[in-house]
Amino acid sequence: MEMFDMTAAELGKRIQAGEITAVEAAEYSLSRIKEKDGQINAFITVEEEKVMENARRVQQKIERRELTGPLAGVPVAVKDNICTEGLRTTCASRILGNFVPPYSAEAVKRLEEAGAVILGKTNMDEFAMGSTTETSAYGITRNPWNTDHVPGGSSGGSCAAVAAGEAFCALGSDTGGSIRQPSSFCGVTGLKPTYGTVSRYGLIAYGSSLDQIGPVAKDVTDCACILEAVSSYDRKDGTSVKRESYDFTSGLGRDIKGMRIGLPSDYLGEGLDDEVRKAVMDGAEAMRSLGAIVEEFPLGMAEYAIPAYYVIASAEASSNLARFDGVKYGYRTEEYEGLHDMYKKTRSEGFGPEVKRRIMLGSFVLSSGYYDAYYLKALRVKALIMKAFDEAFKKYDIILGPAAPSAAPEIGCSLADPLKMYLGDIYTVSVNLAGLPGISVPGGMNSKGLPIGLQLIGDRFQEEKLLRAAYQLEKAVGGYGIKKEEAHDEQRI
Amino acid sequence: MAGQIDRETVEYISILAKLELSGEEQLAAARDMGRMLEYIDKLKELDTDGVEPVSHVFPVYNVFREDTVTNQDIREELQKSAPACKDGAYKVPRTVE
Repeated sequence: MEMFDMTAAELGKRIQAGEITAVEAAEYSLSRIKEKDGQINAFITVEEEKVMENARRVQQKIERRELTGPLAGVPVAVKDNICTEGLRTTCASRILGNFVPPYSAEAVKRLEEAGAVILGKTNMDEFAMGSTTETSAYGITRNPWNTDHVPGGSSGGSCAAVAAGEAFCALGSDTGGSIRQPSSFCGVTGLKPTYGTVSRYGLIAYGSSLDQIGPVAKDVTDCACILEAVSSYDRKDGTSVKRESYDFTSGLGRDIKGMRIGLPSDYLGEGLDDEVRKAVMDGAEAMRSLGAIVEEFPLGMAEYAIPAYYVIASAEASSNLARFDGVKYGYRTEEYEGLHDMYKKTRSEGFGPEVKRRIMLGSFVLSSGYYDAYYLKALRVKALIMKAFDEAFKKYDIILGPAAPSAAPEIGCSLADPLKMYLGDIYTVSVNLAGLPGISVPGGMNSKGLPIGLQLIGDRFQEEKLLRAAYQLEKAVGGYGIKKEEAHDEQRI
Repeated sequence: MAGQIDRETVEYISILAKLELSGEEQLAAARDMGRMLEYIDKLKELDTDGVEPVSHVFPVYNVFREDTVTNQDIREELQKSAPACKDGAYKVPRTVE
C-alpha cells in the first residue's frame, strides 16, 4: 500500500510495526506539500526544519516504546486559529500576521503527547468567519477535487490538506459548520464534538458559546482516534465538561440494527440540490438495509436557525475581537494621533471586510436599545431550537441529513452576496446552537465530480452512538472519496 | 427595521466597534446591516413570551480554585509579539495630558 492511500490509523500501525518511521512519514508529507500546495494553498505556515526535528524526536520515543498510540508519528495539520507554541498563528488575518504564541492550545498539547507530528498551520476564513476560505488574508485555498471550486470554510485549509494527501489528518474548528461543510466539499470526514468536549484553551475565540475544536480525517475511525486524543476535561476552559467517558473508538464496528434514524423533512425541502437530496436518500436506504429504522419527521425551527446564529455569533465576535487593538500582540498601524486613533486605525487596517461586517452587526445587536429586540430574542429562539432537538432525540437516536445544500461552489461566486452565503449554513448552525455533536461523511460524488457530504447528528454526549452510525454509513456508501478516485489522482490535482 | 440603518447609525456603531470606516465602507455597512437585519427580523414571527434566554447549552457556573500561581512567568515570551514594549511594559501613546 502506498502512503497516499493510508489513513492515519493505518499509517500509525505501520509505524508501530517498524515498517515506516515517523521521519519517513514527515518527509512524505513535506514532499507532498511541496508538490501540491503551490496550487492548493492549504497551508499558511510550514516550518520544515521544525517538522523534521519533531519527527526525529517522536521516532526515538517510538523506538524506546514510550509512544505506542495510534497517532504516534502521524503527520497532522492544525488550523491557524489554534495556538501552537513557537509557531506563527495568524487566524488568516493581517492583524495577527506576526503572532507567535508563547503556549500551545490544550488540544495541540494533547496531540503532541500522543506523538502526532505537527506539519504546519492551515488556511481558513479570517477569524473563521466565512464559508469558502476566500476571506483569508493569505490567499484563497482551492478544492483539490477541482481547483476552480472553493474547499468550503472556514476550516477549508485543513480539509483541503487532508483531501490532497498533504496531511494524514487535521484539526479544525466549528462554530456554525466550519468543520462539517468543508469536509463535505472536500470529500473527507469531519466531526464537531458536543460543546465542552475538547478544551477551547488556546483556540482563538470567535463565538465562544458555539466554538468547538474537532478532527478532520480520511475516515470515521481516524476521527474517533483523534477525538480520543484531544478531548479532555480542562480547568483552563471554564466551559469544559467532565464527561463520563472519553472512549470513542471501542464501539466502532458495532452494528446499527434497530437504531432509530430521523430524517428531518425540513432539511429536504426547497433550496436543496437534487443530487445532494438523492445522496441523502441513498444514505438513508443504506442504513435501512443495515437494520436501522429510518423515517422522515418534522424537526421544526430550521428556518430560524440562521438568523439566530448570526445574531449570537456576531455579538460574541464583536466582544471577543475587542482584544485586537495593537497593544499586546499583532499588527499596529504606523501613523496615529493618540490612543483611540491608534485602536481605530489598527483595527480598520488589520481586519478584512467580512470580519468588520460581523463586528459591526454584533456591536449593533448588543447596543443599547437593540439588545432586547435582537440579542435576547436570539437567545430565546436558541432555547426553542434546543427544545426541538430534545423532542427529536426522544424519538430518534440519530438525525441524518445533508451537510450543505449543494456541492462546492465555484471560486468567486459567494462573497458578493453575504446573505446568500450565510444561507448555505442552514443544516449545520443549529447543531452548534444546541451544542450537539455532528459529523460529515462522504456520500458520493455529483455529476461534476465534486464530493457530497452526509451529516449525522447525535444527542449531547452521544458521540459513541454517532460514530457507530457514521462508521456503518461510511462502509455502506463508500466513504473516503479519494480512495475511489485514486486512479485519477494525477489528473485531479 | 432596515430603514433605520442610516449613516448616523453606522457612524455610532463604528465608534462602539472602534472601527474607522471610509465613506464607501460606511455605505456598504449600512446596506449590509440593513439587509441582514431585515432577514433577522424573521425571528419576530416567533412568540417567545415566557421563554428564558439561553446563553450556554449547559448550565455554566463559576469555576473556582485556590488562589495559587500555577503558570510560569513568561513575560518576555509574551511580550515578543507586542508591537512596542519598554522596561517590561507595553508601550502605548500618551493617554493623559
